[in-house]
Amino acid sequence: MTGDPGARVAAERAARESYGKLLAYLAARSGDVYAAEDALADAFAAALERWPVDGVPRVPEAWLLVTARNRLTDRTRRVRRADLLHERLGRAAREAQRTFDRAGELDDERLGLMFACAHPAIPREIHAPLILQSVLGLDAARIASAFLVAPATMGQRLVRAKRKIAAAHIPLRVPADDELPARLDAVLVAVYATFAEGWGDPSGYDPRARGLTLEALWLGRLIVAASSEPEATGLLALMLHADARAAARRDGSGAYVPLDEQDASRWDAAAIAEAETLLHRAARAGRIGRFQLEAAIQSAHAVRRFGREPDRHAIVALYDELLRLTASPVVALNRAVAIGRLAGARAGLDALAGVASDARLRDYQPYWAARADLHARAGEALEAREAYAHAIGLCIDPSVRAYLAARSALTDA
Amino acid sequence: MEFILQIYSDEKRWQAQTNEEAQQMHGAYTAYSKALVDSGAMVGGNRLEPAATATTVRVTSDGKTEVLDGPFADTKEQLAGYYLIDVPDLDAAISWAARCPGASYGTIEVRPIAEVPAAV
Repeated sequence: MTGDPGARVAAERAARESYGKLLAYLAARSGDVYAAEDALADAFAAALERWPVDGVPRVPEAWLLVTARNRLTDRTRRVRRADLLHERLGRAAREAQRTFDRAGELDDERLGLMFACAHPAIPREIHAPLILQSVLGLDAARIASAFLVAPATMGQRLVRAKRKIAAAHIPLRVPADDELPARLDAVLVAVYATFAEGWGDPSGYDPRARGLTLEALWLGRLIVAASSEPEATGLLALMLHADARAAARRDGSGAYVPLDEQDASRWDAAAIAEAETLLHRAARAGRIGRFQLEAAIQSAHAVRRFGREPDRHAIVALYDELLRLTASPVVALNRAVAIGRLAGARAGLDALAGVASDARLRDYQPYWAARADLHARAGEALEAREAYAHAIGLCIDPSVRAYLAARSALTDA
Repeated sequence: MEFILQIYSDEKRWQAQTNEEAQQMHGAYTAYSKALVDSGAMVGGNRLEPAATATTVRVTSDGKTEVLDGPFADTKEQLAGYYLIDVPDLDAAISWAARCPGASYGTIEVRPIAEVPAAV
């Protein structure tokens, strides 16, 4: 089938723009993400077959939804599941039809789907991958690459998690107000993990990883559009601040540039301005949290874009608060780096000594890179070179590896 | 669980390296090996001589021994070395594979070592 390119484009656009919405709609009513996904895949396959022949339907989403719903009903009939499911699906189809008749628009239930994906009954490490697959329609192989897991393993974990949503009757909806802040945290953590997977690969070395930061921003906007929780707003501000610097993380020849040495004129001023607005809006709620604090730290660095020097005292104070809140060794590490900038390398090393024995940092490349830098600044060449060697050995990105090797070579002098 | 990380890369590119590049690569491998040792994952590993030094041997069904020059498979990327590591699971093996300097220039094939049942 060569097909009508217009039909293919329409199907691809529907897949890109509506996949998550359609899946959320079907899954919310059948309670079964796995089955909904199968049915939707069938519907897209049918669209690629039918649309070039019959023409693109007036409301492609409606066509896909009705087709997927029919597949779902067939499937449940085949496996003789409870009549309850039939009834739910029948109701869903009628509702969907009414919605389309009214506005040609679909209720957006993607947020409910995200809460199901980040439910406490689902293993934490699968939250972000599950959201990427269900809400954004990313395939398991791509998700597996981003999270450094074998595609077959990732596929199995996703299937298991989706079965669990159905079997354990995990609701696909936004939790009630009293429950929301606690449950929202898991969703935000998953979105941030998605962003970090894309970001951890410095400066978009891998275009697929760069894609993940954009997907995470998109999810962040979706949450902020639906909820005024200050931490959600804080997370979006944090991601925008980081993303504003994406272009400056490499120089013209592709070499890695650390934050303090970046050419701030290459930072995206519009993204910074949006982040600042969001951060102020979040702060007005008067409920501070991890993401707002992290965004505030990014905000303190962002003033360089406008020719001002970062307030190093304020940055350390923010890290103090963040450390108190999270007790994370990574925060303790970043706090030590900030102290090193404020009060000198010796003070930074003293602060670092507090977390040096934490086993979670042993194979953490940024820990060794930071330690090497502090030793080098303190004039301790031997310790610096040893730490650089550790950092280089744990490096994934070749340009960071080259940067560290060059710095290590400089400490010889 | 033990895994082998087989490093495949294009030897031509490898041989065309400048002295400085070669030195940096050597440094990167030294650091990587040390990181494996420090984390307790290292079982062993070696760099191999170029594929041109390979000799393949097999005995045909009629009992004749065939000895041929060159590697078993003539591919664009050649087996350049390997690490044998001991880690809890495949995910850990994959993260070590990603850190291997060879992953940036070639491909790392990760395979579990078969568990041989104890002899009765």
